[in-house]
Formats: sequence, structure tokens, C-alpha cells
Amino acid sequence: MSLWDNSFKGMGERGFLSPQQAAEALARAGYIAEPGLAVAVFLALRLQRPLFLEGQPGVGKTEVALALSRALDAPLIRLQCYEGLDLQSAVYEWDYTRQLLEIRLMEAAGEREKERLRRHIFSPEFLLRRPLLQALESKDGRAPVLLIDELDRADEEFEAFLLEFLSDWQVTVPEVGTLRAQTPPVVVITSNRTREVHDALKRRCLYYWIDYPSFEKELAIVRARLPHAPEQLRRQVVAFAQEVRSLDLYKAPGVAETLDWAAALLALERQHLDEGTVEETLGALIKYHDDLKRVREELARGLLARALTHPEVGIGEP
Amino acid sequence: MSLFAHLLLFARALRQAGAFVTTQQVMALLEALPCLPSLDRESFRHAARCTLVCRYQDLALFDQLFDRFFKAGPGGLPHDEAQGWRLPRPWPSWVGDMHGLLPPTDGEEGRGEVVSRLFSYSPLEVIRRGRWERCTSEEAQVLRQLLLALRHSASMRRTYRLQRSRRRLHPDPRRTLRQSLRHGGELLGLAWRERARRPRPLVVLADISGSMEIYTRTVLLFIYALAQTWPKPVEAFLFGSRLTRITPYLRLPSPDLALEQVARWVTHWAGGTRIGACLHQFHRLWGRRVLGRGAVVIIISDGWDQGEPELLAQEMERLQKRCHRLIWLNPLLGVPGYQPLTRGMQAALPFVDDFLPCHDVASLQAVAQHLCRLPSRRPHRSPGARAGRVAISL
Repeated sequence: MSLWDNSFKGMGERGFLSPQQAAEALARAGYIAEPGLAVAVFLALRLQRPLFLEGQPGVGKTEVALALSRALDAPLIRLQCYEGLDLQSAVYEWDYTRQLLEIRLMEAAGEREKERLRRHIFSPEFLLRRPLLQALESKDGRAPVLLIDELDRADEEFEAFLLEFLSDWQVTVPEVGTLRAQTPPVVVITSNRTREVHDALKRRCLYYWIDYPSFEKELAIVRARLPHAPEQLRRQVVAFAQEVRSLDLYKAPGVAETLDWAAALLALERQHLDEGTVEETLGALIKYHDDLKRVREELARGLLARALTHPEVGIGEP
Repeated sequence: MSLFAHLLLFARALRQAGAFVTTQQVMALLEALPCLPSLDRESFRHAARCTLVCRYQDLALFDQLFDRFFKAGPGGLPHDEAQGWRLPRPWPSWVGDMHGLLPPTDGEEGRGEVVSRLFSYSPLEVIRRGRWERCTSEEAQVLRQLLLALRHSASMRRTYRLQRSRRRLHPDPRRTLRQSLRHGGELLGLAWRERARRPRPLVVLADISGSMEIYTRTVLLFIYALAQTWPKPVEAFLFGSRLTRITPYLRLPSPDLALEQVARWVTHWAGGTRIGACLHQFHRLWGRRVLGRGAVVIIISDGWDQGEPELLAQEMERLQKRCHRLIWLNPLLGVPGYQPLTRGMQAALPFVDDFLPCHDVASLQAVAQHLCRLPSRRPHRSPGARAGRVAISL
């Protein structure tokens, strides 16, 4: 039961007053969240559970954490996972060089007692704090946002460690003792599902699957991120991206690709889409050779015309 | 009935339908409900969805069941409906998401379209159920031999995780310092680490179409033996006119049980072969999830393919690029004078790293030998000419 006993309850409520407010705050921070995600974010803050986000690459999983940190005005601590990630680079490490120097210095000063030497060498002064340890230390009572990015890239061993970390919000350094968070951090975990993360970890989190956005949502995102682009171009770009996603591609473009593409078109100062423009800049949207071939075939079959007949495309400024 | 009781019923229904829901998750939802400023049906649904569900494959199930349990009505209060929640889901929950068997549904990662196309294809598709009896004593003997041969056959790779070691590869500052403190801070020697070794993931794709029928049983025994001996769970798929994942059955304790389950849930025995389309489906549904971390892939097929050779070549190229080593086992290689001339085999061969026979126990033992001696480097694959190293040995 200790996992679910929330011993931090006394600290008062944090976060937002309602999912609605969470969505608005995220929108101000530049992230358009659908209602389901807003509820998940709201509950993650309220229940102090980690938020576990899955979805195809490029749908904006990492962006949730960045926006959340802006919305809460809390520092962001990011732990990018990779294969071989170990405690030394995720939690803490001793500063060996300084320790060795210190030993020499103490020897020179005539310190001979082993026990005192040991205690001095392994004091917090020589501790290098890595992201997870940093996340336990909140400044002026404001909990940081801890982003554990692409957890599926880390090894299973690391997951097992997280299980303990995320339930107790504490880290034990054998030489120093147990370090515990005054205020638990707001944790966002993302995964691309290149392997399944263990259920034991996921069930302790609030789970949300971020899907490819609808036309309206994607348009809102492009509007928020590229306020200077012509409205007609934005609508056409989004309609085209949506149409491309309906093709049977190996890697459908994510929102990140749509934004890249729109930014590329903006840099080229295009006002609207035509066949030539699409052909020139397709590399910003499609990243696989086979998929490029496929999209070119479809372009020849009138993909662009199909996209531009989307009912929302013809409308001007809202 | 109270909301509480209704929720418990709902969680039980989810569980019975195969979703992974723990009591703690239900309690999390109960904890979440008072936090919500207004308990309308939508926010209740969202709250339940992010607390009760923790696996992608359970989301669709949740949506279906939720609509049955909590009807949209005035006020959005849950209706009493203890009856009629049982979903027609014939496969046991531990099977996982067997996309090959799922009827086409909308919005399933946009895959409904693919699945339905695969379903409607091929009027020639023959669907017969494999008839499986218990293993004969001869087969049991074969299995014993295979298990013996495969005992140490795992191919290993170096991970990026360091562990202590005597070999002087990476210094271990932490242990060095601790050791030196034992001698009052005098540095007597360095401690060392090296990269740990882990077994590679193994993925087996076996052809069970008509032309492979006489080998199918031996092949399945081979896969079972592999799954039993490989130190990591083996991902196994059967293909013919479509693709089916059989990984969960391979963990069953006896080969009879495993074969029985496979026979029960695989429906495309001895039909046509569309290797390209099946590989395509494999890439879309499973590739990213099972091909990570330097996987070894074994394809067992005679290369008779009714699909388009271009598609097969394209999918083979993709497969080869994403795995450490691609091994093709062809039982016909044991036939004297056989030449891999069929269109499918011709299309696939340039992307195969090893082309080996698998017609009898001796050749399968040779495969086992080969697996444990796989070099730690990827074989050289020239990108333009696409000429793979082909080892035909009889």
C-alpha cells in the first residue's frame, strides 16, 4: 500500500483548479491539449502521479513536459534515456578527481584517521547530482518538472529502479543516506513503444495515448507555433499532412514534421501550395525513401487536389 | 446501484475482456473523482481512461465497454446494466493483441484499412485447420535432439551497460577509490569494468503455406525448441496468406500444448503465400517493437510467393536494414540439384545474410551451431548492388 499512500498530502493542492484551466494554461504556453490530455495532466498534478505518454514519433509527447514547465513556471529537468543509461548518469556520481585530490591534501595536512577521511571524502560536497537527484530538490518549495524522455530506449534494469524512485520520491546514497523530496516533482514519462515498458511501471502512472491530431487541432497547433504564416498556407499544409497520413506509409508524418514543413514553406515565402512547391519541399514532411516514392506516385494521381478540396481549406482568416 | 459498485463491475468487465486493470488503478480512479470540479460523463470518461488503462491495446476495449456501461443520458449518470457486457472476444487475454486475427476496426492506429485489405484479398485463399495429434515418439526424439543442439546457441551482443571485470577495458573510478580508502587513500591499483553481454532478441517468421505443409510440423518443433532454449523470449510469427503472432504459445510447458494452441488459433494453414504482404504487415505492426537491440531474424520458407516480387524485395531490404543478421532457412536447399530460381526467392536473396537448409535434424543442428557463432559485427552489405553473402551448404 505504501506506493499509493500519499504521504505528501499535507502540502496542499497544487496545479490547476480544473482540467479546463489546465488546457488554457497549456494553450498559453503554446500547447494545444485535447480534453482527454487536459484531464490526465490535471489529475497527474492533483494525484501526484507520473504522467505516462505514448504515441507515434512526432505527435508532441515531449512538448507536453516543456509546455507544462512553462505553464507552471517550474524548472524543467530532462533525462534523455538511452541504452546503457546507468545510475551514475541518471542519479548521482562521486566527483572522483576532487576526492583523490582531497585525499592528498588531507594527507599533507597530517590526517591519518581512516574513518574520518572516509566520512569526509563521501560527503554531499563531493556528490555530482544527475537529473533524478536534482528533481528531488525543489527550490523555494516549487517542484520541478521532470521529463524522462523515451523510456523505451533505456534498459529494463533502469525501469526497475524508476519503479522505486517514482513511488517513494527518494534516493539512497549508501555513503550519505536517504535523500527525500520535500515536494515531489511533476513527472512526465514518454515512450515511442520501440519496446513495451513493463506494466508494473505503467499502472502506477496516468496513461495517455497521444494520437495524430484532427484537422482542427493540427491547424490550431500550426497557428500557435507559426503565427506569421499566411492562413491559407497553414490550412493547405495541414490538409495535405492529414491526407498523407491516410496513405499506407511506413512512417506517417507527425505534427513535428507538419510544423517543419510549414516553417520551410514560410522561409521560402510561399503563399499557397502547388505541385512544384510540394515536390521541392517534400523532404521536410516525409523521411523515408519508400514513403517518398509512394507519395510522389499519389501526387501524380492527384493527392494535392484531393487535399485542397478539404471543406476547411478554402476559408480565409477566421 | 451506487457509482462505486458500478465502477467495480466495470473494472471486472474490463479484466474479463482481457484488459490489464489492477485494484490500485481502480483506487486511483476513486481518488481522482473527487478532484474533478464537475463530474459530467466526458470528464468522467477521460479520468477513467487515464487511470484504468495503461496499455495501448486496451484503449479500444475500454471505449467499447465504457459506452455499454455508462450510457449517455440526461445528467450523464451511469445506468444499471450488469447484463450484456461480455464481449465476443474468443482469444484468451494473454495472447496480446493479435492483429492478424482482429476483425477490421476503425481507428486502430489507422491500420483497419490494411487489415481489411488483407482480409478481402485472395479468393484462392484456402483456410484449413491444421490437424495436430500428440507428438510421436519419433518427434519427441527429434525435439530432444534439437533442444540439445540449441542449448548454448544464443547469440550475444555487448550492451552499453558496464559491469565489473578483471579485464582492463574501462576503468572503474568508484571502485578504485573505495579500494584505495582501505589503504588510507593510497592508490594501489585500478579497478576495471567492461561492457556486459546480453543475448540478442530472436525473431522467427515461418511460412506455413501449402508448399511448406510437409515441413510445418518439424519447423514448429524447431521454433518451440528455440523458444525454450534462447535466454530471451523468442518472437515468433507464422505467415502464409496472412500473419499471426504465436509468441505466447511458445512459453507453454509442453510441445503438445503449444502445438494444440497454435493449431487452434492459427487459421491459415496450407493456403497461399504472400510473403511480401505479410512482411509489410509485420513491419507495420511489430517491426518497431521487436526488431530493436540488434535482433537476429530467421525466415523459414521455400520462397514460393504468389505476391509481387517488387514488394517482397522492398520489404526484405527494410527487414535486413533493421536487424543484425537475416537468416533464411529453405528446406528445398536439402534437395540435390535445387536452384533458388523462383521469383520470390530471387527477389529475396540479395537481402539475405545467410541462406541455409533446414530439411532434416542434422541441418537444423547446423543452424544451431551457426547461431552461436554469429560474428558480433553486421555482415557487410553493399547498399547499391545489394549483394548479400549467400552461403549455400548442403
